[in-house]
Amino acid sequence: MDLNDYLYSFLIGGAFCVVAQIFIDKSKVTAARILVSYVVIGVLLTAIGVYEPIVEFGRSGATVPLTGFGYALAKGVEKAVGENGLLGALTGGLKATSAGVTASFAFALLWALMFKSKEK
Amino acid sequence: MKSILRFSGVYLAETATTVGKKESEGPLSDFFDSHEEDVYFGTDSFEKAESEMVRRTLNILLGKANKKPEDISLILGGDLLNQCVATSFAVSKSQIPFLGLYGACSTIIESAIVASSFINGGLVDNAAILASSHFCTAERQYRFPLEYGSQKTPTSQNTVTGCGSYLLQNEQTSFRVREAVVGKIVDNGIKDANNMGAAMATAAVDTILRYFNESGAKPDDFDMIATGDLGIEGHEISLELLKRCGLNLGQNYTDCGMLIYDIQKQDMQAGASGCACMATVFGGYLFKRMKRNELRNVLLIGTGALLNRNSTLQNESIPSIAHLIHIVREEI
Amino acid sequence: MNKKEYIKYAESRAKKSNCIVNCVKAFLVGGLICCIGQAFKDLYIYLEVEEETAVILEAVTLIFLAGLFTGIGWFDKIAKQAGAGTLVPITGFSNAVTSPAIEAKTEGFITGVASQMFIIAGPVIVYGTVASIIYGVIYFFIT
Repeated sequence: MDLNDYLYSFLIGGAFCVVAQIFIDKSKVTAARILVSYVVIGVLLTAIGVYEPIVEFGRSGATVPLTGFGYALAKGVEKAVGENGLLGALTGGLKATSAGVTASFAFALLWALMFKSKEK
Repeated sequence: MKSILRFSGVYLAETATTVGKKESEGPLSDFFDSHEEDVYFGTDSFEKAESEMVRRTLNILLGKANKKPEDISLILGGDLLNQCVATSFAVSKSQIPFLGLYGACSTIIESAIVASSFINGGLVDNAAILASSHFCTAERQYRFPLEYGSQKTPTSQNTVTGCGSYLLQNEQTSFRVREAVVGKIVDNGIKDANNMGAAMATAAVDTILRYFNESGAKPDDFDMIATGDLGIEGHEISLELLKRCGLNLGQNYTDCGMLIYDIQKQDMQAGASGCACMATVFGGYLFKRMKRNELRNVLLIGTGALLNRNSTLQNESIPSIAHLIHIVREEI
Repeated sequence: MNKKEYIKYAESRAKKSNCIVNCVKAFLVGGLICCIGQAFKDLYIYLEVEEETAVILEAVTLIFLAGLFTGIGWFDKIAKQAGAGTLVPITGFSNAVTSPAIEAKTEGFITGVASQMFIIAGPVIVYGTVASIIYGVIYFFIT
């Protein structure tokens, strides 16, 4: 365990959240749009080679935010294209992120079985 | 063009109100007939809960007015759910003739105007009117899932869980429905569904101005001029716009959306909204004060924001409406 | 006042959310969530899981916890304060899948729960994967 990992995770992760918060407060953009934009921006930043260094520096602070989801999609595509050619463009993204995506839906079903909606 | 409808021989006999937990924790708690801690009202869905709430309120009304369902000629009313299902399910067992109405949060006043016209015209002897809203069904329909993590903006309003039902009749009581103004749709271009106060304020201003211009009445003639659910934001805007038009409403001008909650303590942003807001605040609080002779001359302006989910997604502005009725206490 | 003037007037007088306070809260909570993720990753590596797998398990763990917190009704209370702090990490995605699912139970498990799960998550996956396809095609031609 390296304490620096935590410091950088905290700073980078927090910074990603602050940027989104400013957009929400200042431009009335909805939360759903933020989620979509962050994933797409993650793909874009990875494609132009900017996100990789952020991940190396920010550790979980860069992989846990939704831009990290975009990063994983883009990395998966790179790998799959390298192995299978053009078909990899179709298979790589979800292959790399399948665990998280599948887990989200499977857990959600579990929680829906267990819990009932409540008033705030 | 004449705006004011004048009724003769339409009286308010009795009111009944049911509210949810948060409303029963607010400053008007003691004025409501019943409250329910369980958001499901003992049922298994929020929509059924709203119907159950309406059913209970109607029963309370019949009990208080000492009437049987067959004594009621007509029920008029509605709610916020798609196609007004909460009310339809609730009145189905009573077998009373029913007209479903939709005026968003102005429904109770819209119903009062229609019912008064029926009674004034001699078509029916009496009519029960009602309006309901439920925080959870409204959130589901207009906003996000309940467990979804979102922040509220300072101008947003909280939907009241509750139902108000009143009995209007041609038999004389101390409370006469004297006049009404039917609102016009006013579309001021506001698109922000989290700032419905600003959207509805101009509709309220339009109706209030039409009433005062035509009747020649002065604001001081009234003990209370209450709008439905403009909230703090809409209330302040309407006050300022009316002032610019030369009508200075004083201390007796208020908004039901500012009364039902302790806005600071209960963290309610700009206040309350929903069909039940005016329906329960008048039926519970204001009517009881009329009974105690603390209020004699009351103007009620029900305000409604007539938006739906698709119109919001299509980036349409919010068409708004405000209906007015004037109720007076007269000694028999 | 015409419509434009009125919109301007209403917007200028409307109280704004306190952006600075919101940003501080979002920073602290968002940073903390990432650190919790990092802690799980370290734990899995300590348990001799390969690093690549540990990163995946880290995300799955956070998804699990965010869903659980959504179910017991804590997530929306935290999010009300934290705003983007809980939205931007993978926890926000998990909440966006779980919250409509739980609420739609009354409309049945197929037409309610399962279909509503995608209401916010669907667009995220659609545009995320489409962006990755475009990148994949470009990547194929430049390498």
